[in-house]
Amino acid sequence: MPLAALAPDSGLVGLLYIVSFSLFIYGLRLGTHPTTARRGNGLAAVGMAIAVITTLLLQGIGNWGLIFAGILIGSIIGAVASKRVKMTEMPQMVALYNGLGGGAIALIAWSEYRHWVHIDKALSTSGEITSRQDLRELVEGSHLSIKVIPETFQIFGSVPLEVLIPTLFAMVVGSISFWGSNVAFGKLQELIPSQPMGLPGQKVINGLLLIGIIIGGVVLGVNNDLGDLSQPLFIAMLVAAAFLGVMVVLPIGGADMPVVISLLNAFTGLSAAAAGIALENTALIVGGTLVGSSGTILTLEMATAMNRSVANILFAGFGSPAGAGAGSQEERPHRSMTAQDAAIQLAYADSVVVVPGYGLAVAQAQHAVREMADELEKKGVSVGYAIHPVAGRMPGHMNVLLAEADVPYEQLKEMDEINPELPQTDVCVVIGANDVTNPAAKTDESSPIYGMPIIEADEAQQVLVLKRSMSPGFAGIDNDLFYHPKTSMVFGDAKQTVSDIVSELGEL
Amino acid sequence: MDLITMITIFVLAAFVGFEVIAKVPTTLHTPLMSETNAIHGIVLLGGLIVIGFANSTLDEVIGLIAIIFGTVNIVGGFLVTDRMLEMFGTKKKKKADSGDGAE
Repeated sequence: MPLAALAPDSGLVGLLYIVSFSLFIYGLRLGTHPTTARRGNGLAAVGMAIAVITTLLLQGIGNWGLIFAGILIGSIIGAVASKRVKMTEMPQMVALYNGLGGGAIALIAWSEYRHWVHIDKALSTSGEITSRQDLRELVEGSHLSIKVIPETFQIFGSVPLEVLIPTLFAMVVGSISFWGSNVAFGKLQELIPSQPMGLPGQKVINGLLLIGIIIGGVVLGVNNDLGDLSQPLFIAMLVAAAFLGVMVVLPIGGADMPVVISLLNAFTGLSAAAAGIALENTALIVGGTLVGSSGTILTLEMATAMNRSVANILFAGFGSPAGAGAGSQEERPHRSMTAQDAAIQLAYADSVVVVPGYGLAVAQAQHAVREMADELEKKGVSVGYAIHPVAGRMPGHMNVLLAEADVPYEQLKEMDEINPELPQTDVCVVIGANDVTNPAAKTDESSPIYGMPIIEADEAQQVLVLKRSMSPGFAGIDNDLFYHPKTSMVFGDAKQTVSDIVSELGEL
Repeated sequence: MDLITMITIFVLAAFVGFEVIAKVPTTLHTPLMSETNAIHGIVLLGGLIVIGFANSTLDEVIGLIAIIFGTVNIVGGFLVTDRMLEMFGTKKKKKADSGDGAE
């Protein structure tokens, strides 16, 4: 037993939680600048420690063996994983962590519901409750939110709606997030094909699942007397939500992953906030809501960067099997050149802009690119990087990869900043990026990506495209940039090609 | 705590969250996501509360899994965010520090 057991409704608990979530908010606030973000992260971690310790000191918390075992196992897994994960694998890790959070919430909601059912059974089968004291003894050490009972002194046969509704919400959204995130993880880790997959009538199935879940929730709410059917119904809803999570994410292609990850992040946050309402825990409400806001903002930003609505990405999806026809293009003439020629072209330029894409990350070419930039700068060439908002597989992913390779923060330029400079740029080097440079987005109204903001690589004086082959990108759309007269293709593995260019530059 | 108070907290937190996070530059979005991963590890609190009052083995198992998941989120999330942010911004300072140490 703890030395100082705090009553759940004592002011001290509330105060400590306020300190805790203030640190979250302040920590996120410091996250707005690269020089302070690290300190902000540390402060948020301190806030978390305060929240956890406060909760451990709550009166009635028990089962210490299991609690410490769980925390120990979780800490070891978390610490080891955080050391081992590669920066290119960050999207997978975030997807997995979203899933863990969602799964934890779904489980907590389930347990919370079972708890209420248990209380109800105890109350209805024990005929000996004749006084407030009996009732209190029955529920003593039972649950924090049970304190409503003595107030009314009624043996109510139902879960209060203000607990039931957030509990069901937390369970459904948490379960969707868990399974959806696991599918996203599987796709990013290439355990399942990243191509869109779908069943015939998938939208109908999804719609039916959603309607079924809502009906189940209404039935539990209206017919709220906790009969024997309530638990199976609750579990059926849990399973339906699981299917929905899988079915919604499975048809979404790899290129849309930044949106999906952000959306699942928002879901996990909202379900945590709902669980906080069910458990009357302010730290949980605020923490969950902050994550929900963050995920929502990122989702909207990613969707804007692709000029598509969130609903369109989730339910329509180009790149879906019936969508854009890949391979419909016949062979068109293009120019290719060797790494040696590319090196010469770069060495005689005054300014070079690198457009990195996911291909760069896959090839682990970020360090080689940095070496290339160093060589060029030695020769007096100015080098910048043009980062498209959806470059990589999650928001901001490319920036992390380049930061890992020690690329100075000031050289990373956002799309709106670099586009006006591109017409004065001598050589634009596109490395493993495709759709985000496709001029069809500006000119071809029939193109599926028409209207998507792009890095205007075609405006540069000359363009080098480093790519494995002429195959189209994730969207399955041919890129007109590759056939442009001022474009030269340099085929091969991005890392190998860049390394070749670096050694050629060294000899020039 | 009554429901209206909790909804008030929720709504205010949502506005604060939007204001603060909208200011985070694109460059820092990946660390932001992994930091929010760590913050939603706050579900650990829920796990602690339910396991404390578990009345069956099933509830204990549920609670244990929830605690493990929540802790992985917290520990893994904060550590990996720290690892990422270390690469942004603080590089020069760190090099200077280690240089001093060598002398």
